[in-house]
Amino acid sequence: MEVFVAIMVGALVTASVYLMLARNVLRFLFGLVLLSNAANLLIFSAGGLTPEAPPLIAPGADLPPAGVANALPQALVLTAIVIGFGLFAFALVLIYRGYQNLGTLDSDEMRLAEPREGEAADPLRSAEAR
Amino acid sequence: MSATWLLPLPIVLPFATAVLAFLFRRGPEGRWISVFGSAVTLFLGVLLLIEVLSYGPQAAQMGEWPAPFGITLVADTLSAVMVVITGITGLAVAVYAVAEIDGDMEELGYHALFQVLIAGVSGAFLTGDLFNLYVWFEVMLISSFGLLVLGGKRVQLDAGIKYVTLNLVSTILFLSGIGLLYGTTGTLNLADLSRIAPTVDPGLMTVIAMMFMVGFGVKAAVFPLFFWLPASYHTPSFAVSAVFAGLLTKVGVYAMMRMFTLVFTQDIAFTHTILLWVACLTMVTGVLGAAAQTDFRRILSFHIISQIGYMVLGLALMTPLALMGGVFYLVHHIIVKANLFLVSGVANRIAGATELGHIGGLYKGAPLLAFLFLIPAFSLAGFPPLSGFWAKYVLVKASMDLQLWVVAFTALAVGLMTIYSMTKIWGQAFWKPHPGGTVPSLSTLRPGERMALLTPIGALALMTVLIGLFPEPFVLVAERAAGELLDPSAYIAAVLGEEEILQ
Repeated sequence: MEVFVAIMVGALVTASVYLMLARNVLRFLFGLVLLSNAANLLIFSAGGLTPEAPPLIAPGADLPPAGVANALPQALVLTAIVIGFGLFAFALVLIYRGYQNLGTLDSDEMRLAEPREGEAADPLRSAEAR
Repeated sequence: MSATWLLPLPIVLPFATAVLAFLFRRGPEGRWISVFGSAVTLFLGVLLLIEVLSYGPQAAQMGEWPAPFGITLVADTLSAVMVVITGITGLAVAVYAVAEIDGDMEELGYHALFQVLIAGVSGAFLTGDLFNLYVWFEVMLISSFGLLVLGGKRVQLDAGIKYVTLNLVSTILFLSGIGLLYGTTGTLNLADLSRIAPTVDPGLMTVIAMMFMVGFGVKAAVFPLFFWLPASYHTPSFAVSAVFAGLLTKVGVYAMMRMFTLVFTQDIAFTHTILLWVACLTMVTGVLGAAAQTDFRRILSFHIISQIGYMVLGLALMTPLALMGGVFYLVHHIIVKANLFLVSGVANRIAGATELGHIGGLYKGAPLLAFLFLIPAFSLAGFPPLSGFWAKYVLVKASMDLQLWVVAFTALAVGLMTIYSMTKIWGQAFWKPHPGGTVPSLSTLRPGERMALLTPIGALALMTVLIGLFPEPFVLVAERAAGELLDPSAYIAAVLGEEEILQ
């Protein structure tokens, strides 16, 4: 089971790196979503995935029997998913606003904050940026 | 163990202030709540530092869950010092914001976001749990996103997209590192990790260490990972860029210092050699980048990167003297850098721009501001008798002790290049006549505004001079922090209890 999840994490990371290398910011964001899901799956599998042994503690014992899946990573993943969801919602709105105001999704064309050589000296352009 | 009640307060108080400031965001009360809250936070930080200095590292178990299972807050000397310095920066910027932030931005919740940012930074300094550190990073990140784009100017949106996306990548790397580390060691408590780490396969630990190095490296803006910083720090309001410049990258450096002295110490020859290269390249690229810029704030942004190199250098050398220098540099840099950004805000206010070609005449019209600029600028370059001199001196001495002549030479040469950039600002913004033919003057500001803008600048400059003239107490505290980093037994004992150590 862990091997299967590990391969899936690898595939997700591959796809996300491919997407993040694109100049289009929206594709970059989709890559980020995939990468974050890969990270979540990775944490999930870190606790062990064993359907055979339920995490039940016998009466009188302090610890569950050996071999059960650790439940803590699942709680961690839940936190990470919620945080990730909030951040991506924000990033999506930001990119949409950026598209509306800057008129482009191409990260090479977003040069307002870092103008090319010579453009900064043009006071009209920098006044508009402000 | 008497101070357990004190530990969560530097986190809780900014949150409480944020709620109150948000409720009163429509009136002038919000900004004063923010100032008052920041002052109380600073006071609590100082109390905590006194406690730590007199009784050693303090730990508090949240919700009474015993150490490796629950979330622990820990304050050793380094954490406590960082909380105090966060409080100082927070208070200075909160006072400055009274004059700079206008009603529109206040109504959008500027003060609330600012206080949440301070809470996130303090939380990151105080937590003793790795996943909790991730959560504080996120608190910090989401509020910094908000502050960065608040106002919604086009240039801010452009900067925001770059800042947000690259920081999210680093967060995900950090999170993956946590997952792998938990999978191999079965614990997230930093003190517990420090005990278990030596028993794990060192090769595996080094791989995980590299994930953390890259994740924190993006946050700290070290050499190949810094591109988001000069793209964004010159766009938000000046109060925001001052607090970003002072605190945010330094949290990355702090996290690196913590993890690479407490947990990832299996293969120092490998990891810390990489850090040494990274440190030198960061110093050089940062200062060269600054030389090419013509905007007040962009020059300063590139200098943040170059200065981060010095702090990482302290960690990379890993000797008591070098770590002491790194900690000293951290404190000195936060004060100086935040101050320089505040000065650039006043320059923008009275001269009308931050682009050096468009301003001038500040020395003639505002000699006080010129004087207040010179102190942090010379301190940044490492002139005696200012704080930066001692910070640089210790680090250069530490690298010479290890006979790393090239490293020592790089550190000194970068200091020289720093002076070049500072004289560029000085010559263009202060000495050259204003291209518009006017003489910018502080008297164009309303008296109340002038007070709020110049008081924090003056106070931070005074602190720089004091650290420079009386470095001994600060050096002693830094030395103690470095000692605790190199020998974390007191830290571990504070978290896990004495008897755990004996086993």
